[in-house]
Amino acid sequence: MKVLVPVKRVIDYNVKVRVKPDQSGVDLANVKMSMNPFDEIATEEAVRMKEKGAATEVVVVSIGPQPAQETIRTALAMGADRGLLIQTDQTVEPLAVAKLLKAVVEQEQPGLVIMGKQAIDDDNNATGQMLAALLDWPQATFASKIELNGASAANVTREVDGGLQTLEVQLPAIVTADLRLNEPRYASLPNIMKAKKKPIDVKSPGDFGVDITPRLKVSKVTEPPKRQGGVKVESVADLVMRLKNEAGVL
Amino acid sequence: MAFDAETREQLIDTVRRFVAERLRPLEAQVAEQDRVPDEIVREMADLGLFGLSIPEAFGGLGLAMEDECLVAIELGRTSPAFRSVIGTNVGIGSQGLVMFGTPEQKAKWLPKIASGEIVTSFALTEPEAGSDSAAVQTRARREGDVYVLDGAKRYITNAGKAQLFTVMARTDPDRKGAGGVSAFLVPRDLPGITVGKPEKKMGQQGAHIHDVSFDGVRVPAANRLGEEGEGFKVAMQVLDRGRLHIGAVCVGVAERLIADCVAYANERKQFGQPIAQFQLIQGMLADSKTEALAARALVLETARKRDAGESVTLEASASKYFASEMVGRVADRAVQIFGGAGYVADYGIERLYRDVRIFRIYEGTSQIQQVVIARETLKRGG
Repeated sequence: MKVLVPVKRVIDYNVKVRVKPDQSGVDLANVKMSMNPFDEIATEEAVRMKEKGAATEVVVVSIGPQPAQETIRTALAMGADRGLLIQTDQTVEPLAVAKLLKAVVEQEQPGLVIMGKQAIDDDNNATGQMLAALLDWPQATFASKIELNGASAANVTREVDGGLQTLEVQLPAIVTADLRLNEPRYASLPNIMKAKKKPIDVKSPGDFGVDITPRLKVSKVTEPPKRQGGVKVESVADLVMRLKNEAGVL
Repeated sequence: MAFDAETREQLIDTVRRFVAERLRPLEAQVAEQDRVPDEIVREMADLGLFGLSIPEAFGGLGLAMEDECLVAIELGRTSPAFRSVIGTNVGIGSQGLVMFGTPEQKAKWLPKIASGEIVTSFALTEPEAGSDSAAVQTRARREGDVYVLDGAKRYITNAGKAQLFTVMARTDPDRKGAGGVSAFLVPRDLPGITVGKPEKKMGQQGAHIHDVSFDGVRVPAANRLGEEGEGFKVAMQVLDRGRLHIGAVCVGVAERLIADCVAYANERKQFGQPIAQFQLIQGMLADSKTEALAARALVLETARKRDAGESVTLEASASKYFASEMVGRVADRAVQIFGGAGYVADYGIERLYRDVRIFRIYEGTSQIQQVVIARETLKRGG
């Protein structure tokens, strides 16, 4: 079974994000970029399936500017087999990404698509669901555990508000990875070197006949409000009164 | 091999992440328990760190010296005891074999050294031979197809875990000095080898040094490294390379200490403001930063020269001399900037202050480096 893992190049999770002065977005100039952490988890899961013999090939796809190749290389160093970059400098929205991924899925015919539940830059949490809808495939989002039942179905444990929910999905399916699915490995240094020799195909959105023109308009981006200092309360009664009247949580 | 910028960045980034996420949180525990957890040693092996300097043909990374130094700088950003786990396999424990080994010797040992399956040690120092390394007294008597080794070695890093020693021993008792010394690959499991208890040390808890004694150890003649009488040449070339690596580690520790100092100076308030605002503190930060930058430049420039095939005996000694003395001064200023907090154990600054003291001593003391630098300078005429 072939597993497809879409990965996104995002601002590194350790970087303190700065908003551009004109509020048009986030300042990305000279900022460290790396693989979306949820995509790293998805890659790890696919690579583990391959190591267990459940998957035969792990293909990684990224959509973005030329440096997104580095993100694909990271996945190849973790153990994926080959990569595809759909290169564009334009902003791509979840729907455009989902349409492109649909085209890739039709070409590659994977038995399973594992992807991050969301990217930590825009936090849309939409692409996986849209892709499932476009393909009319089953979906299991926010996975914390994936167990394959042969090549025809998978049991997926999902993290939901009330606890854990286990679904059985028929394959092929879309599964989106949550934080606790696994702990991604550090790519070993020899594998980083070997990854250089693994193939990466480069295509453009036009090759797939997909129109990626943005449908959404960002009005403005602002910093979250600064945290206010706390207050000390005199008594339990005072605490309850403040929670009720000032915080509005009771 | 040398890398393209992208691969190098990925490599360095991976080591930096591993150091920050896995090693730094364990520093206090390792110092207290005097032990690097087995799990961490396994992770270091999985990452490929034991094979940094082993050629690719034998399962290592075959890093160019510049890349090895960049990795060593990253490993320097945490307790040096962690680096010591891989230190001998990357440096003194393997390089004699890499430089002088026969194809059979390399094929037999290097893949296991690269994978971390075996740990190696370098046994040169003796009770009566340290800086005067040509004064080796351990004897190797030829008896047919074997050499019989008798003698004692001292301060041997990683000897407690080592499965393979590179031992310097005198094959020709009539030739005093360097010419009578040969190098041998001595597996730990040969009868007659005794490894002493780990020494109690000033710093670097978690890394261990031991006495090793050889009592009638019969070593196959096929295990001799290089020709008879080439032992000193082996030792010197091995140390030459190691000096650059140690210099790079010193740069890493210094950069770590400076970052710790900046964080603390911005947080600690006296006279109503962060102490980073005071020019006397700033003076110390500026001196530390300047010296660390100078050491980094010297180490990397020398590494690039070595990669280009130039002889760097002088520059490697200068790198090790300057970087090790530099990190001593940086650590001393760090204690000063931290004040009382630098003297108590909780902040880890006094630990690093003790840890870095050995850098001025092992793999050639500062005084030996001065001798080498002066001798080479005189030879070059300036």
